[in-house]
Amino acid sequence: MTKKILTMSPAFADIIPAEYRELVADGPYGRDVGVAELGTFKELLEEHPLCAGCGLALALRIFLASLPAPEDTIVVGSTGCSSLVFPQAAVQNIHSLFGNQNSVASGLKRALKLRFPDKVKDVVVVAGDGATADIGLDMVMHSWFRRENITTIMLDNEAYANTGGQESGMSQEGTVLYMAPKGKNFPKITMPELAREAGCAYVAVCSPAQPRKMEKMIRRAILLAREVGPTYVQVLTPCPTNYKFKNNDTIARIKKLEKDGLFKQREYITPQAQEMLDKLEGGSK
Amino acid sequence: MQRVVSPEHLFFEAKREPVFITGSEAVREAIKRANVDMAISYPITPQSESMHLVGDIYKEGYIREYFRGENEFAVMSAVAGASMGGVRVFTATGGPGTLRAFELFSTWSGARLPIVCAFMTRGVNSPLTIQPDTIEMSYLLDTGIIMLHAENAQDLHDFLLKAFPIAEQTEVHIPVGVFADGFFVTHTRETIEVAPLDMKLPPYNPYNAPVPVMDMENVPIRQMRDPFVMKSNFVSYAAHASWQQEVMAAAERARPSISRYLGGLVEVENADADVLIVTSGTAVSISREAIQLAKQEGLSVGLVKVKCVRPFPTEEIRALTKKAKAVIVPEFNRVGWMAREIKSIIDDNAKVIGAPRVYGGMTMPAQSILAEIRRCWA
Repeated sequence: MTKKILTMSPAFADIIPAEYRELVADGPYGRDVGVAELGTFKELLEEHPLCAGCGLALALRIFLASLPAPEDTIVVGSTGCSSLVFPQAAVQNIHSLFGNQNSVASGLKRALKLRFPDKVKDVVVVAGDGATADIGLDMVMHSWFRRENITTIMLDNEAYANTGGQESGMSQEGTVLYMAPKGKNFPKITMPELAREAGCAYVAVCSPAQPRKMEKMIRRAILLAREVGPTYVQVLTPCPTNYKFKNNDTIARIKKLEKDGLFKQREYITPQAQEMLDKLEGGSK
Repeated sequence: MQRVVSPEHLFFEAKREPVFITGSEAVREAIKRANVDMAISYPITPQSESMHLVGDIYKEGYIREYFRGENEFAVMSAVAGASMGGVRVFTATGGPGTLRAFELFSTWSGARLPIVCAFMTRGVNSPLTIQPDTIEMSYLLDTGIIMLHAENAQDLHDFLLKAFPIAEQTEVHIPVGVFADGFFVTHTRETIEVAPLDMKLPPYNPYNAPVPVMDMENVPIRQMRDPFVMKSNFVSYAAHASWQQEVMAAAERARPSISRYLGGLVEVENADADVLIVTSGTAVSISREAIQLAKQEGLSVGLVKVKCVRPFPTEEIRALTKKAKAVIVPEFNRVGWMAREIKSIIDDNAKVIGAPRVYGGMTMPAQSILAEIRRCWA
């Protein structure tokens, strides 16, 4: 998309909402701005309806600032808390159903390749842990098996948060949640390792506690998905509402999980992906 | 090398050649001429062969992208993604595959996607069956998709090809399902007429869509200020309700083009007869046979072939059945959804005879319809 498409007719400028005008004048489209520049440009996300202290809200703000080409990015979501945010974001977004996000993204990416053979259109899946690791697991993994050129981002709040706090496959073993009244009786699904085995060129685990690191991983994942193959980023986004911790303790909780060995940042990079990264990053990182 | 011609030319003016082919091959011939960008497949009997053949024409270059998905829910989702990305897309399924994918069909219409899908109808479990049965059509009646029911391979070919320009009109822009009775149509061979192979439909223009194409080539700014889904207020209820009304209205707005391309939503023979058979699909062919047998006994019976089930030809059937003393509705399913549809729209519905009903894979003997006809004179 060129900025021209976005620009309004001067005759309508005075009736266009302020946030739109700001986005045209000062948005991130076609500009090299990222997490370090937050606060100096108009962000893609205007307000959000999530709970105070929501890990998703923070992660999504960082995610949207990390997009390498927001003007050509389509986000495919799924049912869950994150789907409440995207109608208010200034990138196109598809919410289809619960769990089918990677199938929708597969069809979309292939369609856009046909329609824009000389242009990169980034298709990025952003969905929760329930959508990714439970109800949509077969479609997530098959998109990896097929080597679809899409990025899959899981916002992992370790529960079904939007339905009121039920156990998900990504909940920690032993945690008492709805539908796990005696505590979850199997371990957290090892999605990053499954992703690595299923054909992802790049896998990363991160959290919004380290925004610059998360940005780097998101950018790597999106850039590598264009050329090398499917990529997966798992972002820990604790939920104060359902896990009942104070809503200014979200970052502290991430740090505690890390300290307790229940959260570990990591990257898995295939040799081809590393080769591409060396080219993209000049071997500097 | 194919050249683009107008739908009218392809359907009505081009000189057609006879070919002796199966229903599955008729799908291939339609898709060859439909200028389809992408097709996504998944096997299920009795549909599989049609999507094998679509795969063959992808290899030959008639289609630009083709792959096998991992199940019908995933395939119908991928088809939705492709359609939202602005390409013309085709798939096919049937029976249990239809049910596995079911959640998608209403979202296709809700998202205003002009997807064309062939349904090779089959019975559903339990017990396990792979045999012909049209019960899945009953389940699909209220999903908002347009439903065309083919009697034979010629219909299957024609309806599929015509489905694209019907679906893709701005004022319609909802999916079209083309239904054919599994095995009876897909696996039998007949002579059908097809247009020359050097012609194809005009390409799909995604910017004719009444909803934004998901390609980031149009203004992407916030669809809404607050997502309706979590709001318990009048505006969000009204938005959802009016959207559903608009999808229903879109199907209504398809009537003129369905009528133009298919020559009416129904086809009628001997309309003035006292006894009418009203049905769709292969039950129409067997009804023709029964009508011939009745004629030999001096009994005059008319036939209404329903080609379009959604939108339903309500006014047509009301008018046609007004003077009839009996309306016989033979069907290939247990529930008799066609009889139910007809009963629901006419005043004197006691005259609707929902029989014979054949299911579980059996064929429908013409004599079983003849028995119903004889009863009308008894």
